[in-house]
Amino acid sequence: MTSTTVKIDQSDGSNSGGSNSDRLQSDPKPGRRPSRRLGLRMRRSWQLYVLLLPPLIFSIIFLYWPMYGLILAFKNYNITLGITGSPWAGLTYISQFFHSYLFWPVIKNTLVLNVYALLALFPLPIVLALLMNSLRNQRFKKAVQLITYAPYFVSTVVLVGIILMLFSTTTGVVNQPISAIFGHPVDFLSAGAFRHTYVWSGAWQTLGYSSIIFLAALAGVDPELHEAARVDGASILRRIWHIDLPGILPVTVTLLILNMGQLLNSGFEKVLLLQNPNNLAVSQVLDTYSYQIAFQSQIPQYSYATAIGLFKSVISLVLILLANWLARRVAKQSLF
Amino acid sequence: MRIRDTRGDRAYYVVNYSVLIVFTLMVLYPMVYVISASFSSAKAIADNSVYLWPVGPTLDAYKTIVQSPNLLIGFANSAVYTIGGALLGTALTVLAGYASSRDDLPFRRVITFFFLIPTLVSAGIVPTYIVVRELGLLNTRWAVILPGAMSVFNVIITRTFYQMNIPGEMLEAAKVDGADDFRFFFRIALPLSKPIIAVNLLFYGITQWNGWFNAFLYTSDQSLMPLQLVLRELLSQSAVNPAMIGGADVAEILKRQELFDKLKYAMIVVAMIPPLVAYPFVQKHFVKGALIGSLK
Repeated sequence: MTSTTVKIDQSDGSNSGGSNSDRLQSDPKPGRRPSRRLGLRMRRSWQLYVLLLPPLIFSIIFLYWPMYGLILAFKNYNITLGITGSPWAGLTYISQFFHSYLFWPVIKNTLVLNVYALLALFPLPIVLALLMNSLRNQRFKKAVQLITYAPYFVSTVVLVGIILMLFSTTTGVVNQPISAIFGHPVDFLSAGAFRHTYVWSGAWQTLGYSSIIFLAALAGVDPELHEAARVDGASILRRIWHIDLPGILPVTVTLLILNMGQLLNSGFEKVLLLQNPNNLAVSQVLDTYSYQIAFQSQIPQYSYATAIGLFKSVISLVLILLANWLARRVAKQSLF
Repeated sequence: MRIRDTRGDRAYYVVNYSVLIVFTLMVLYPMVYVISASFSSAKAIADNSVYLWPVGPTLDAYKTIVQSPNLLIGFANSAVYTIGGALLGTALTVLAGYASSRDDLPFRRVITFFFLIPTLVSAGIVPTYIVVRELGLLNTRWAVILPGAMSVFNVIITRTFYQMNIPGEMLEAAKVDGADDFRFFFRIALPLSKPIIAVNLLFYGITQWNGWFNAFLYTSDQSLMPLQLVLRELLSQSAVNPAMIGGADVAEILKRQELFDKLKYAMIVVAMIPPLVAYPFVQKHFVKGALIGSLK
């Protein structure tokens, strides 16, 4: 019993980062008699359970209670009656959402925004990592890393603030040359431009940071392969193509699949901050729609908003499980 | 053995350096511009003569911030949330990470799954809002700090840290000497985990400093607003609203619209700088974190 627990636990995570799993495997297993009763072991470990108590209580209140609150999708939420006391409403709100005239536009907006972001932002960090990896000047490499990681730590409000100020149609520094050349400024938050602004501001913020994982994978490529190929006269491009790329392929496939599990999760806060009446037709995604129903309508419709959230949570869960299953099949790596 | 670069390789390096330099400058430019604009004269901003460096350097905007009670309250609130969130989040994470790293913990796998499940099924905004309301936390500082205080991602990184850095022999030896789990945790494991504690403090601190949505959703009181939310309100206004800035003198100063744009730039800078100063200290832990985070 004990030994199986340990074994399962070791396989539960990273068969990935080589050093990780090696270390885990060599973890010493204190010799324990398997006959020892579970109750006794639990009593012996009571102090560990006391340590676990605060995070467990936190999880129950702020993670599991809201999860339980998802049943509001099937209830008529009444503030005075609370989650448990509110009367049942059956599938009213779910079907209200399916029949809403906004159902398809919102689904489409969510998918288009995320697929665009994935297609544009997934390959670029790989290119960036390959470029950085082949640098021989370590100082220059460090400087590039330090600067390009930085925007990741800038808040969403600051990012949107920078967009609003620099890309403003009246005073923005970006629109100065545009006006000079084309005779009129470009509204980067218009319905036509919203998706590009969203995705490419995301590029500014995350490209550097996203390249870290590929750099880490590249560090695992055996330098002797490069030496040997060099001796044989392979150019650097050939070496990148035939040595580096195959070297990071497993990580790439895994990440791509896992990213596909996130297709319904748009950057809610950023979309909300960039939203305005002009771009609503393309910027209304599942999250913001649910938010609007709950908090920005005349009468807050918590149950309906929860139904939309539930719909998203269920599809997301299916996508994540599918992605994980696929990752396990294709790349022999998985989330759990 | 040194092999001379071929002409093709030299061309590659020229392209490589050029691409990286251009990309780095593109990343750097908006940040530099915002900082320069905040130090430039209102006139220079109004006639768009600021491109890279401050034009007609002045500290007006920062003086306005320092003289404005509401902006200062925002700053103080952010400091409170940052410190509170960092301490609370780190405490919860280290406790969960350490206990679940012990392979002699009965039901360890069940407990690990208990922490992981919420990352798969997100409850979403509305149910969380209702829970915060039913707890009576609306319009309190707790509502800003508590929801999202602990990140499961960090628990996993912390757990892995303990698995790799506190060998089982150490525990066995301490047990032989008569130490119980509490003693081992507080006297041995905690002092050995300074690096992971620092990473957690910085991570949660940065997250709280950058956060605005909790305060936006759960509080309506101006006196509870963090800096990011004050900045958001400021950005959403196209004209000066003296009530937002507070203080009669300030309203006087802000009569000129140009200064308002400058104030926005300065506020962006104030909101942006602290995480940028803090993050290089955790940079070396990114790789480990990124690997574990994406594959586990």
